[in-house]
Amino acid sequence: MEAAAVTEAAKAPSPAAWRTNLATIAALVARAKNELVRVPGAAIPGVLAPTIFFLGLNGVFGGLIHLSGFDTDSYESFIVPVSMLQGAGFTGAAAGVNLARDYEQGWVDRLLVSPAPRWVLLTGNVLAAGLRAFVPATFVLAIAFLIGARWPGLDGLVVCYLMVAAMAAVAACWGSMLALHYKSQSAAPLMQAGMMGLVLLTPAYAPLELLQPWLEKVAEVNPVTHVLEAARQGFVGSVTWSDTWPGLTALAGLLLVLAPLALREMRRTNV
Amino acid sequence: MSELARSARVVRALGARSIRQTFRRPQLISPIVVFPTLLLAVQTGGAGAGIELPGFPPVQSFLQFMLAGSMMQSMMLAGNSGGIAFAVDIEMGFTDRLFAAPIPRFAIVLGRLAGTAALGLFASVWFLAIGLIFGAEIAGGVPGALLAIALTTAAALAVGGIGAAIALRSGSASVVQGLFPLVLVVLFLSSAFFPQELMIEPAKTIAEYNPLSFIVEGVREPIISGIDAAHTLEAVAAILGIVVLGLVLSSRALRHRLRVG
Repeated sequence: MEAAAVTEAAKAPSPAAWRTNLATIAALVARAKNELVRVPGAAIPGVLAPTIFFLGLNGVFGGLIHLSGFDTDSYESFIVPVSMLQGAGFTGAAAGVNLARDYEQGWVDRLLVSPAPRWVLLTGNVLAAGLRAFVPATFVLAIAFLIGARWPGLDGLVVCYLMVAAMAAVAACWGSMLALHYKSQSAAPLMQAGMMGLVLLTPAYAPLELLQPWLEKVAEVNPVTHVLEAARQGFVGSVTWSDTWPGLTALAGLLLVLAPLALREMRRTNV
Repeated sequence: MSELARSARVVRALGARSIRQTFRRPQLISPIVVFPTLLLAVQTGGAGAGIELPGFPPVQSFLQFMLAGSMMQSMMLAGNSGGIAFAVDIEMGFTDRLFAAPIPRFAIVLGRLAGTAALGLFASVWFLAIGLIFGAEIAGGVPGALLAIALTTAAALAVGGIGAAIALRSGSASVVQGLFPLVLVVLFLSSAFFPQELMIEPAKTIAEYNPLSFIVEGVREPIISGIDAAHTLEAVAAILGIVVLGLVLSSRALRHRLRVG
């Protein structure tokens, strides 16, 4: 009786329902935060992988700045936003893997019989990923500053972190969609490879005009190119609105496509 | 049936099991095939202009240069995946059942390594095929390709020995999985992806002494310019060094596993 009343309250667009929904989202975000605090080791791979990629790529491909057409003299500044976005991609994919684990262990079943609407459950997972992405991004950025990356300015930093958080949300939608579709942690490589491809099939290693023709064409139509260029602008030059809005639009578009798909999978789960 | 023939049968059966296991689990096959192929595409497309840098060795294309690096990446990850699968066998009690069977203990480890070597062979053929499809030439011709395949397979066997040793010692899949970042570090600190002379410090100096660099150059040389005895011998020496290390660590770890159960 009480559960039914809460369900009705959650469905109705009343302030009370919104408060309930927000409280549920906050609880799901807190659960993800608790996991981070109580099992810090679980976050290490997500932090280590982009850091190793950052240091490795910088050491290996750092000489590329001597090519004519490279618009910066600091490869670490050029590559650090890539690693931050890569960390966001890994974090979002990990949200999908954790959801698959929760499904395998029966936790998702318990959430689904709760009166919380499906979109609230998805939002909690996605928002948590967006916030968790700050951990690898900050770690990679600190390492980058230590080895001489350029300070992007406060505006550049804010834009970069905004792109990172939203990219993690996109990756979490992608990961959640696959997790709920396959209902198995075995889908983890697909979640990670999808995001890795999306982030790296951009002007990640070199400016657009220095890419091989096939990658240049792919990067031109890849929406994450705009996200990367928005995140990178402060590190290689100055922040402008004309470099920022395409990134925001691309992320909004990706979320508009992937969030409904993830929600569709969640609505289909255990029906 | 002689003792040797019986052991060979066990090694073959366990090797075939480990190959089937790898192809059935996406978590095991994707690091060996999907990620290195994706990185090959991205690095070739993204850093391909690097061949115009002064000091870059003469190559037909960056793809031709990168093939050896991708083969090494795949081979290293095959070793890591083999170690993870071995540790899962230990966690699930499958290895205990093998220990109780009337078969030599070394055949249990060798069976796993045979599977890893077969995956190394698969990886080298896979990347050579990709290279040929996308226009890369094998300067050393068929003998060069066979040498590259042989060196990669032997290197997979060697690296798999270290993975198996860690699996036997720890008995935990998550510990072996935790070595994944270390594999990436070893790869980046070698000449797998770019000429060592063009890397920046400290990666450049570390790559000069990294045994993986010697193996990479031994695999790369037949692809980009033809078979070269000096590079081949250096690669063989590096592989033998890793084999000896793997054997020592594996035998110690096996004794430890038999003692603790």
